[in-house]
Amino acid sequence: MQGLTFDIAHMLAGSLVLVSFMQLYQDRLSALLNMFALHAFVLAASVAWQAYAQDAPHLYITAIIALFFKAIVIPLALRRIVIKLGIHREIENVFGVGLAMLLGIGLVALSMVVMLRVTSGADPLAREDLAFALAVVLLGMLMMVTRRNAVSQVVGFMSLENGLVLAATGAKGMPLVVEISIAFSVLIAFIVIGIFLFRIRERFDTVDMQAMDRFREEQR
Amino acid sequence: MAVITDFALQGAQMLLVLLMAPLLTGFVRKVKARLLSRQGPPLLQPYRDLIRLLRKDVVLANNASWLFRVIPYVVFAATWVAASLIPTFRSGLLFSWTADLIAIIAVLGSARFFLALAGMDAGTSFGGIGSSREVMIASLAEPAMLMIVFVIALIAGSTQLSTMAAFMNSADVGLRVSLGLALIALIIVAVAENARIPVDNPATHLELTMVHEAMVLEYSGRHLALIELAASLKLLLYVSLIACLFAPWGISPAIAAPTLLLIGAAAYAGKIAALGFLLAVFETSIAKMRAFRVPEFLGAALMLALLATLLRFVSRSF
Repeated sequence: MQGLTFDIAHMLAGSLVLVSFMQLYQDRLSALLNMFALHAFVLAASVAWQAYAQDAPHLYITAIIALFFKAIVIPLALRRIVIKLGIHREIENVFGVGLAMLLGIGLVALSMVVMLRVTSGADPLAREDLAFALAVVLLGMLMMVTRRNAVSQVVGFMSLENGLVLAATGAKGMPLVVEISIAFSVLIAFIVIGIFLFRIRERFDTVDMQAMDRFREEQR
Repeated sequence: MAVITDFALQGAQMLLVLLMAPLLTGFVRKVKARLLSRQGPPLLQPYRDLIRLLRKDVVLANNASWLFRVIPYVVFAATWVAASLIPTFRSGLLFSWTADLIAIIAVLGSARFFLALAGMDAGTSFGGIGSSREVMIASLAEPAMLMIVFVIALIAGSTQLSTMAAFMNSADVGLRVSLGLALIALIIVAVAENARIPVDNPATHLELTMVHEAMVLEYSGRHLALIELAASLKLLLYVSLIACLFAPWGISPAIAAPTLLLIGAAAYAGKIAALGFLLAVFETSIAKMRAFRVPEFLGAALMLALLATLLRFVSRSF
């Protein structure tokens, strides 16, 4: 039974990494938003399973928060923003999908090597969870670096935050207050970013981040 | 006596794959036709095609070399050997010690090499296009396939198919995310290797899109029959491989009563039919992708296989 519990936790956390890769693979914004919703959904399932495995009922609340806000509210809101900005059909890529995938694989390998070496004494469940969480965080950062569009950078940031939640649930004994406050700070960050998106658009007529470099007077 | 039984069973397996291969092709065609609400050719049509082709004369290009005439036999023999090594209804057959997955990939790779040579031999431009595309697809599919083999071999502790199937049938497997990823990657590779729809259309003769068909365009008569049979065998091989690695239920063990053998055969037929049906549904529900998209599609398989290898190291038994 212990083996199966572990296997399911492992499978869910592994799928979270996989969905991160699927996000990297998408070059259309609407598909990317679908993938983000899936990402949050897998996160919610993973957290709920951790709640069951650790026998920690407050983690169910975290799972519900993740499901409600990140899998439903934020994707819907982002979709509205994207349609309002008229960029839902846009295709964007800084460099090729293949290169991004290879970099992503490298980051996953790095996080496994680091985490398995650092946490050699820990409980195996927490250990593999931390390794996956670090991988998701790094993949989110990669997403933010490789995309030019502000909306996909927001998605990268949000999936990075999903990785943090995964890490927090893997480590036992994180108080509920902290989790709720994190969830709300992310929501507020999202609102602020949303407002910013419209301001950027108003000013520069685009949400392409390269346009901003010119105004910063960086040398070409 | 035991030796004779062993030989008989191995021979039965070789005949079985040879006879089943056109049937599977016909079955997939029939299901596809029914899904498009057409009547479709009868199930036995591939056999009739093969017999008709065998009766016809061979037309050779003037400048075709001896390689061109030898290659159909080489390709057919290599594919047949590879297909008959995969455990179908019974594991631990007489030659199962040679049924190493890496060796099977090598045999298939050499068959593909010779086929690509044949495509360029006659000197027509279509053959050249077909060969270069086929080799491009293969250069991406083969590393992915090897990575998949490594994942499964790391988990099962062997590259020998009978041992792998036995391990997959035991309770030690559990629920592993690596195996799921490897399965998806293997399906992608199988689709690409067999020139099925998102990568290549086996029924088309449109110059711009054909890959496999362009390569064998110069063949006729019994040579073409052998090449078509080899293509059917390859499809059966990949389907049996997926069935043997990921659904090894019902394969009878090395020492077994005749009833178990019958159960094994029935289970095999069921699995092949189910996978063939799924292939037909998949093919009708998806459009062929551009040739430039294929590297991304196969790159995803390679990526999944690599990820599966990495994830395997954080699973239970690191």
